[in-house]
Amino acid sequence: MTAETPVISCRNVWKLFGETPEKYLHNMPEGHSFEQIRADGYIAGVKNVSIDIARGEMLVIMGLSGSGKSTLVRCFSRLHEITGGTVEIDGQDIMALSEKALIELRRNKMGMVFQSFGLLPHRTVLENVAFPLEMRGQDKHIRRGRALEVTKLVGLEGREYYFPRELSGGQQQRVGIARSLAIEPDIWFLDEPFSALDPLIRREMQDEFLRLQGLLNKTIVFITHDFDEALRLADRIAIMKDGAVEQCDTPDRIVLAPATEYVAKFTKEIEKARVVKVKALVSEAAGSAEGEALDGDATVQQVARIIINDSRTVFPVKNNTGDVIGVMQRQAALDVLLGAD
Amino acid sequence: MQGYSQVRIALYFFFAGLVLILARPLLPEFLIRVPEAAVLPYDIWLDGLFNFIKDDLGLIHLTRGISSLLEVFLDMTGNLLHGKRRWPFLGPIPWTAIVAVFAVLGYWLGGWKMALLAAGTLIWTALIGQWKIAMQTLAVLSVAAPVAFMVGLSLGVLAWKSARFNQAIAPILSVLQTLPFFTYLLPAVIFFKVGPTAGAVATIVYAIPPMILMTTLGLKKVSPEIIEAGKMSGCTGWQMLSKVYIPAARTEILVGVNQVIMLCLAMVVLTAFIGMPGLGAKLLAMMGSFKLGRSFEIGVTIVLFAVMLDRMSKAWVVKQPEHFERGTPWYMRHIYLILGLVSFAGFIVIAEIVQIADHISRTQSLSKGKEIDTIIKDFLDIDAVQAVTGWLRWFLNVWILIPFRNALLWIPTPAFVLLIVAFAYWLGGKRPAIYAGVFFSIVALTGWWDRSVITLYAVISAVIISMFIGIPLGIAAARSEKWSKRILLACDTAQTFPSFIYLIPAIMLFGVNDVAVVFSIIIFTTVPLTRYTVEGLRTVPAEILEAADMAGATSWQKLTNVQLPLALPTMAVGFNQAIMFAFFMVIIAAFIGTQDLGQELQRTLAGTELGKNFVLGINVSLMALSFDLVVMSWAKKRKQILGLEG
Repeated sequence: MTAETPVISCRNVWKLFGETPEKYLHNMPEGHSFEQIRADGYIAGVKNVSIDIARGEMLVIMGLSGSGKSTLVRCFSRLHEITGGTVEIDGQDIMALSEKALIELRRNKMGMVFQSFGLLPHRTVLENVAFPLEMRGQDKHIRRGRALEVTKLVGLEGREYYFPRELSGGQQQRVGIARSLAIEPDIWFLDEPFSALDPLIRREMQDEFLRLQGLLNKTIVFITHDFDEALRLADRIAIMKDGAVEQCDTPDRIVLAPATEYVAKFTKEIEKARVVKVKALVSEAAGSAEGEALDGDATVQQVARIIINDSRTVFPVKNNTGDVIGVMQRQAALDVLLGAD
Repeated sequence: MQGYSQVRIALYFFFAGLVLILARPLLPEFLIRVPEAAVLPYDIWLDGLFNFIKDDLGLIHLTRGISSLLEVFLDMTGNLLHGKRRWPFLGPIPWTAIVAVFAVLGYWLGGWKMALLAAGTLIWTALIGQWKIAMQTLAVLSVAAPVAFMVGLSLGVLAWKSARFNQAIAPILSVLQTLPFFTYLLPAVIFFKVGPTAGAVATIVYAIPPMILMTTLGLKKVSPEIIEAGKMSGCTGWQMLSKVYIPAARTEILVGVNQVIMLCLAMVVLTAFIGMPGLGAKLLAMMGSFKLGRSFEIGVTIVLFAVMLDRMSKAWVVKQPEHFERGTPWYMRHIYLILGLVSFAGFIVIAEIVQIADHISRTQSLSKGKEIDTIIKDFLDIDAVQAVTGWLRWFLNVWILIPFRNALLWIPTPAFVLLIVAFAYWLGGKRPAIYAGVFFSIVALTGWWDRSVITLYAVISAVIISMFIGIPLGIAAARSEKWSKRILLACDTAQTFPSFIYLIPAIMLFGVNDVAVVFSIIIFTTVPLTRYTVEGLRTVPAEILEAADMAGATSWQKLTNVQLPLALPTMAVGFNQAIMFAFFMVIIAAFIGTQDLGQELQRTLAGTELGKNFVLGINVSLMALSFDLVVMSWAKKRKQILGLEG
């Protein structure tokens, strides 16, 4: 972590559902489990979560349905009022905001994409995209110009005057994405944006999403229940179960060093070589290896041919600017490749 | 186990009632009927209360204020549509211009067929010489429906926002929906003057409840993601409501609009009873003087209007916005608006020159009232026809209606209440039984017992007879896809007719008497019974039917063992509706001359006995509500057991 204030910072966040959640949380003994809380008639949507998200980072929150991932992301934007703890956006405690300040925050800083799109059925593509701008009270011509621009950005040029029901699922989600980007938000929330789409379209939309992120470089919180999707997109992954974060780490670490048994079970079926990057296997300081350096950002699988054909026992590893950052033991790479523990 | 004890308790009540009936000769007088002395002067108390609200609290000033505001609008539409001498002194608009606008509107909503229906209805009305009275009705309708819509929408939003408000109005709404329409009329007259204004007020009040219900339903159904999308777009509270919730609930709200229009039409026809001019008043006059030909023609006009308004507003519900290709010129985007305006203006100009395009004079009208009258009367004079209707009348009267009525009247009041409680307990369970008991006791204590029983007798006998017609008809229709559709369409169409219409064939066949009343109720109530029988049978899942086929069931076995049990909860809804309709109809039929509550109610209209009017109205409402509670609670429980809902 850098010294810069994180964009989103949450400390000991709780979200309980039930009759008098605040009072219950206040009197609850520490370390109560999910089941114990449920036995008392409450559901722990989010259970004591602390996470920092840095500027430009893409955090993927991943878990099975009912694990609390959607609830957590709604705590970040105060679509849910949290029961305990604090959520800060750019150092500002959002629970302390007035209704008006909260609306301002959402109008200027946040964008959100929903699983079943949440489009307004009575508005055209363009009107849907311009909706947040309209709420902000922006001038009609500016609104239209900006909406056209974003619509083009997501590849919906020529369909500006269609109504949502006239579009396919993938196209509808493009509208959802365009709408969330219209106000040029700093923070971008995506709640299972591709889950409602069929696999081929999903893959296409993921590529599209990576392209957009390459252009825009936003701070992103992305929710999914698809582990492959998480591995494909994430800088860091937070794995949730029963409202709590089991582990929050880089994809390499999640795969190589699962923190709990639950995470280990998740990663068991995963082909590690496709996830683990070369730089994650760097063991010593630079200097003790010779020959051509491997790209640290490549996955082990991508360099598998070199490792197997080359007779060196140690390989130098370079970062994306070309500087050598250390060496990798050949054995370590082979272990990952062959799936040995 | 629970079901068993429910039946047993119901049996206790039943036997208690039976004992009282058998012991009738031995019973003291006060156990047979509530003695006069025990009947408190509720009507006088209520009169006092109303007078207090009206004069001392000054409600009359408020209502007179509202009525003068309404009057402005009514005068305006009245002037435009039928040339009432009021501001803006422009009308009447030539009939051809109005036909043109309706045709274009019809075309926009539903293509050629709808345009033809709209234009055809209006052209028929004009040619038959009823243009003016139809426009009188339409003038009131075009004020009442928008007002009812707006009030209903606002109250619906309030009820959705505030749970407490919702709880407060829910019972009022269910009473309002069972209150006989005569009870709407008198307060309207007293608080809002006689004539169109009172008629409009009664119509508005009558049409509001379903709009409230549909609004709340629609708002509750808006998907949570759309709501969150609105919030994340930074909507303020007002923006959420006006730009997110209400547009997203469009379908339900427009269904509400359809119901508002249809209820307004039904009511506006009935306001003839308080002197509202228009189609209803004419029909009332014609039926009163037994001019069957003219009655028939007006009936056709009302039916055509009902079908037109229903189809057009339903087409609006399903009409989805279409996009225009880029670069479509503005006149293509607004082609229908322009077409409507141009043809409107065009016909106004033509009407200046050609008289027949402006209005159709009495000598030009194609009304065949007299001729139809003669035909109908000749037909009724045919011996065979007279023999049939005469025999039916004799049979119904002597063997069913009169014995049944006398039997019901013979039963001691407490025994009657006990039997009702037994029935309610057996079918609905404890809660409905308590309500039914309390409600019927109240009816007994108001001192209108005999008339209430006569009302009930007409309702029960008509519903039972119509079950023998409606259910077999529904079963037969449900056997084929084609017939199901046809019958459902026919029933849906028939349900849009104002109830008044159903009196016409009854009077035609049986003249003015008890049998005609029961007959008109029978026609009216057969419609929902048939409709829900078809619907219930058709919605039995195909897999279950296939399973029955594979189990080797004959079609009779399939019907009795599989289809009917599964369809029964839905059929119960139809049964309930039939009872509600019957209560509604029996009161209207009062004007043919019955001895029930309806007749007393109608009498109160002539005077200012608001208290009595209310007592009578509440009696009808309480009886109807008892049945509603019992049948609906049974249907709900049954559906849960069968896993058909929730």
